[in-house]
Amino acid sequence: MYSFEIVRPKSVADAVSALGEEEAQALGGGQTLIPSLKQRLAAPAVLVSLASIDEIKGVSSSGGAVTIGGGTPHGTVARDVAASYPALAALAGNIGDPAVRSRGTVGGSLANNDPAACYPAAALASGATIVTSNREIAADDFFEGLFTTALEDGEIITAVKFRIPEKAAYIKFEQPASRFALVGVFVAKFADGVRVAVTGASEDGVFRWTEAEAALSGDFSAAALDGLAVGADGLMTDLHGSAAYRAHLIGVLTKRAVTQAG
Amino acid sequence: MTKVTMTVNGKTVSKEVRGNMLMTEFLRDELHLTGTHVGCDTSQCGACNIHVNGANVKGCTIFAAECDGAEIATIEGQANADGSLNVIQQAFQDHHGLQCGFCTPGMVMSAAALLKETPKPTEAEIRHYLEGNICRCTGYHNIVKAIMAASGQDVSSIAAE
Repeated sequence: MYSFEIVRPKSVADAVSALGEEEAQALGGGQTLIPSLKQRLAAPAVLVSLASIDEIKGVSSSGGAVTIGGGTPHGTVARDVAASYPALAALAGNIGDPAVRSRGTVGGSLANNDPAACYPAAALASGATIVTSNREIAADDFFEGLFTTALEDGEIITAVKFRIPEKAAYIKFEQPASRFALVGVFVAKFADGVRVAVTGASEDGVFRWTEAEAALSGDFSAAALDGLAVGADGLMTDLHGSAAYRAHLIGVLTKRAVTQAG
Repeated sequence: MTKVTMTVNGKTVSKEVRGNMLMTEFLRDELHLTGTHVGCDTSQCGACNIHVNGANVKGCTIFAAECDGAEIATIEGQANADGSLNVIQQAFQDHHGLQCGFCTPGMVMSAAALLKETPKPTEAEIRHYLEGNICRCTGYHNIVKAIMAASGQDVSSIAAE
C-alpha cells in the first residue's frame, strides 16, 4: 500500500468537510477498498473512515418502506430486516462471508457499484431511494455504469430507503471463489407492477429487464417468462462464463426468483 | 502517524501507528501476537480472523487506526484462565479438527463467533458460516465435527472420513 493517513469523523458534516481535502477518499467497511489499496489501485492521501458516524447506522421501517443507514453492515441488515423485508435480509446474509458481512456496508456497496455486487440489484428492483449528504437520488437514476454512480466527489450515502414489495426474491448464481454473483436476479412485485433487476451480467453493471417486468406485471408466474430471453450483446464474457451463458442464466434465475417469491 | 488505544485480550495497549497499518501487522509486528496468521492477505482465507467489539472480522482487511477504542479478541486470549484449552480448542484436538494447523486460529475465532450467535448450529449452518475460512489441508469434515461437538451436540453419527 502507498502511505496515507486515516481520519475518523463522528458526524456526516465532519466527514463531508474531510472529504473536501485534496486526495481524500471515503472508507466504508473497506472490504473492497482495502484489497484495492493493497494492489495499489488507489493512492489516497487521506482515508476518511465513515465507521464512527453513528447517525448513518441502523435500520428503521415505517409506511411500507425500510430505511437502512448507509454505514450499516450487511450482517446487521441480514438480522434487522428479516421480519420487514425477508428477501433483502437473505441477500445481505449471503454477501461474501461472515467476516465480510461484519464490516462491509450497504452504502459502500452501492457507492462502489461493482457490476457483480448484490445490493445494486436490490436497490434497483425495490425502486429504492438513495439518500446522500445533500440530496435524494432514485435508484433508476443512481447507477450509471461500471463502478460509476450519480454520486459526486465527497458525497456520502447516509441512508437507503427500500420500498417493501408484496413479494420478492433474489437468486444469485455464485462465483464459488469470490461469492460475487456470476449472475444475480432480484424480482420484486409491487401493487403497481413488477420490477426485475439483474446484476453480474452486463458490461454496464446492474440493469432492469423490462420485457420480463411487463410479462410478470400481467401474470406473476414463471410460465409468463416462457419465450423471453435477454440477448448476449453487451453482457460480460470472462473465464467464469461467456456472454451467452450469462444471458441463459438470466432467464433461468428470473424464473427461479419468481417461483421462490411465490 | 496516529495514536491508537485498544483493549487486546483484556489488556489495554497504546501505540503510534501508520495510517496504512493493518490489524494483522499491528498484532503480529507491534504486539508480537503471532497467533493471528496471514494466509492470503487478500481477504479470502480467514486465517487472520479476530473479533473487534465482538464481531468476527478479517484482521488483514481492517486498519489498526479503525480499531482505536475497540475491544479486540485474538486466538491468544481464547484459552481458559488456567491456561487449559477452551471448549472449542479442546474439541478441535479431540476430533482432529486440524492437520497442519495454519488455518486453526481463524477457524477457532470463527467457531467462537458462530456459537455466540447460534449456540446449537446445524451442520449446514456451520458449513455456511465457515465459507470465509479456508483449510488448505481440506480438513473441513473434522473441523465441522469439532464445532458440533463444542456446541454440546452428539457427533457419534458423523462418521470419521
